[in-house]
Amino acid sequence: MENDKDKELLELREVTIRFAGDSGDGMQLTGTQFSDNTAWVGNDLNTLPDYPAEIRAPAGTIYGVSGFQLHFSSEDIHTPGDQPDVLVAMNPAALKKNLPELKPGGMIIVNSDSFDQKNLSLANYTTNPLEDGSLSGYQVYQVPITSMTSRALEGIKLTPKEVARTKNFFALGLMYWLFNRPLDTTINWIRQKFAKKPEYVEANERALKAGYDFGDNTEIFTTRFSVQPAKLLPGIYRNISGNEATALGFLTASIKSGLPLFLGSYPITPASEILQYLSEYKNFGVKTFQAEDEIAGITTAIGAAFAGNLAITSTSGPGLSLKSEALGLAVMTELPLVVIDVQRGGPSTGLPTKTEQADLLQAVFGRNGEAPLCVLAARTPSHCFDMALEASRIAIKYMTPVILLTDGYIANGSEPWRLPNLDELPEIPVKFVKEREGYYPYARNEYLARPWAIPGTPNLEHRIGGLEKSNIYGNVSYDPENHHEMVTIRRQKIMNIQNDIPELEVEGDVDSDLLVVGWGGTYGAIKEAVNKAREKGYKVAQAHINYLYPFPKNTGEVIKRYKKVLVPEINLGQLAYMLRSEFLVEVIQYNLVRGLPLRVSGILNKIIEVSGGNNGK
Amino acid sequence: MESNTIVKEFHYTAKDFASDQDVRWCPGCGDYSILAQVQRTFPEIINKPKENIVWVSGIGCSSRFPYYMNTYGFHGIHGRATAIATGIKIANPKLDVWVATGDGDLLSIGGNHFIHTCRKNLDIKIILFNNRIYGLTKGQYSPTSLKGQITKTTPYGSVDFPFNPPKLALGAEATFIARSIDRNAKHLQEMIKRAGLHKGTAFLEVFQNCNIFNDGAFDLYTDKETKDDHVIELKHGEPLIFGKNREKGIRLDGFTPVIVDLTSGHFSVNDLWIHDEFDPSPARTSIIMSFDEREGFPTPIGVFRQIFKETCEEGIENQIAEVKAKKGEGDLKKVIYSGNLWEVKE
Repeated sequence: MENDKDKELLELREVTIRFAGDSGDGMQLTGTQFSDNTAWVGNDLNTLPDYPAEIRAPAGTIYGVSGFQLHFSSEDIHTPGDQPDVLVAMNPAALKKNLPELKPGGMIIVNSDSFDQKNLSLANYTTNPLEDGSLSGYQVYQVPITSMTSRALEGIKLTPKEVARTKNFFALGLMYWLFNRPLDTTINWIRQKFAKKPEYVEANERALKAGYDFGDNTEIFTTRFSVQPAKLLPGIYRNISGNEATALGFLTASIKSGLPLFLGSYPITPASEILQYLSEYKNFGVKTFQAEDEIAGITTAIGAAFAGNLAITSTSGPGLSLKSEALGLAVMTELPLVVIDVQRGGPSTGLPTKTEQADLLQAVFGRNGEAPLCVLAARTPSHCFDMALEASRIAIKYMTPVILLTDGYIANGSEPWRLPNLDELPEIPVKFVKEREGYYPYARNEYLARPWAIPGTPNLEHRIGGLEKSNIYGNVSYDPENHHEMVTIRRQKIMNIQNDIPELEVEGDVDSDLLVVGWGGTYGAIKEAVNKAREKGYKVAQAHINYLYPFPKNTGEVIKRYKKVLVPEINLGQLAYMLRSEFLVEVIQYNLVRGLPLRVSGILNKIIEVSGGNNGK
Repeated sequence: MESNTIVKEFHYTAKDFASDQDVRWCPGCGDYSILAQVQRTFPEIINKPKENIVWVSGIGCSSRFPYYMNTYGFHGIHGRATAIATGIKIANPKLDVWVATGDGDLLSIGGNHFIHTCRKNLDIKIILFNNRIYGLTKGQYSPTSLKGQITKTTPYGSVDFPFNPPKLALGAEATFIARSIDRNAKHLQEMIKRAGLHKGTAFLEVFQNCNIFNDGAFDLYTDKETKDDHVIELKHGEPLIFGKNREKGIRLDGFTPVIVDLTSGHFSVNDLWIHDEFDPSPARTSIIMSFDEREGFPTPIGVFRQIFKETCEEGIENQIAEVKAKKGEGDLKKVIYSGNLWEVKE
């Protein structure tokens, strides 16, 4: 597509855009399309879908507003951006809800057709903000998106409702123009998606191009912007969300271990996508079982593990609570099992579509009896792939349940993923016992793992279950000394995993006084805050813990090396609690539990504060 | 329909199925009979290497059952036996999966898993040890305890209406539903055999006496004096007849079952209801299952229903084969290297 010579092309280093509209306006789709396009042109990016729990809240209301924020750059970035530079508001409610977050002087593109009396009052505006001067601190662009879209679609046999539904493509086309983008990725997507409905292909394509042409022809836009490709590591890339990366990680683990994959799961926001993705891979022999409830999700998986599958179950916070008793059974029967907890706002039903990090203590301690298991956390969307493989490896090698913690932000958010060389990924060794000689259900190898003898193996018939077992032989035992021994062995087995995981690494100023320690999805925000603090002249180090139980062997030693340890978390201090009790050190907490990712600026201010303010440089 | 005569390739004895563990039920418990009948029946119906048998249970007296069978066994947690069994069967459809469970385990805490196992038609055999009481927790009322029953938690009598387990299984579309009694060894063996040879979810309710907390609950159906007047044995293709001298019959008047006196001269065997196990409609089956809710009617035992449809694990396997045929064997690289790819060069 040719550039309009009359218009200025301004090069930017980074931009944050937020698309906002009614739940039914297709903002998530618009955001995803823009993200894929952004990735494809080679920018680094990070996204934050933010939508209400109600599927279609009444149109025009503030609580029905759905948003999608994305941050893209010609440099390495790690967060969806604290505050948008550009807000695309499809109606007054979207403007009202998102304006407070917009950067001063930021750009607002509104669908001016929607600013009628009805929508203004639904959004609790007493006067029209487009006319009353309240937006004077911003660059406001009024675009009659609805009417221009219907004009562009004239002649196509569609209902007025169907026509109105394509207006998000008009907005997307306009944004493609504004950021000097090709339309190809979206046109290809439209043609695939609506292959059986040519009139939809025609309509959506026309709306998209009309939006683009509007930018080209109108006089209200005098400048367009361009962001150069980021200098990422060489390799093949694609854009990936955390949930898809998780699904692909387990698919890969199934192939690398040679074990059929079984997923028992009950739909729950924001984890359902993992079940949806894995349901597509039937030609890999993947068996997905949509269970009658969360408990059946995990207990069918335990049955499948007993029968020799790579068995996993996916859920979110309330589901993890329901799975607690069965997790104890998996600890007692010492079967490999992975539970994925895509954390969301709690307690109880909490904030189903929002992110949080408040399931850590539940994952580590939330079972009756002494029931240790391994707990891992992924730090970014693409890291979910690596941790899914790691969780599978540990579960199989140590014959133990593993909980993999992700969260709503990295599960739904996306980033460029440098695709792994599949041949270089290590195999996951599996050893099913076949020989009667020396076989006992609770005999142990050098890692203290018990043997995996699956039904169908001749002469190895045995019984396991939730009752305490006699050491080695595995018969039911109520013997006091045996119980103490078994409790100790089960814990030692989990602690042995420490010998098998990477040490905790320190990034940034390794020899500083301040260490910022985090875990999970806050990685990007902490990293950017630490980088910014260092640019300002502060000396700061960062360590991010992927292995929460057991901790990497050197964790205590690393933490004790620093005078001050700052722990930012989206909870009230759960990792802080574990670090204090495990290593008897004082740590400084930074906690904000808003259902949203931590902001870089918030962490940065805290770093400056604990560094002694401006004198602490 | 499957034949009951099978050509045996594997020859086992009852002893082959007995584990080395001491059986720890109370002396006189009905569970002993069920264990004995299973061990006696298995050599007749098991026609594959015995390492392919898995017994699964939940929690309760009956759920100790897997420990006493020399097969693979999984003693699960309360209520979850059928879900664990489901996972085992889907993971490896070649296994014969049996569930031993009780009225609390299956119908109270495990009710949800039970109905969904039936609905999905997993090829799993479920034996319900129904003693109408919580035994392992020492005598509280269960979902099959009778209204008015005195137990430790109902000292003034239970105000609840009990479940009729076969009707629950029928409502959940189980494909095989039968009932037997612990003390009727021959009949119980026959029912275990039938359940074992069924393909699909087989539900067998066994009236089982708890001689400690609910002794005599089924005396009416087992005592010589009373059993003939209070039990009717269902047989496929045969008229519904009961009574000490087989003098009473049941005929269907519209939707209402009526007891008739075969000695009165007004009715003959030709007027009676002929039992059809393979009746695809649940309507008449439901009427039979409800007999004992009517004054003077006997309690039915035998096979209520047997129908055949695709099992859950067959559906899963067939779908995998279909998708493989259509899309080809999965190629990991293709899946991972898909979407809008771009390359960053040195």
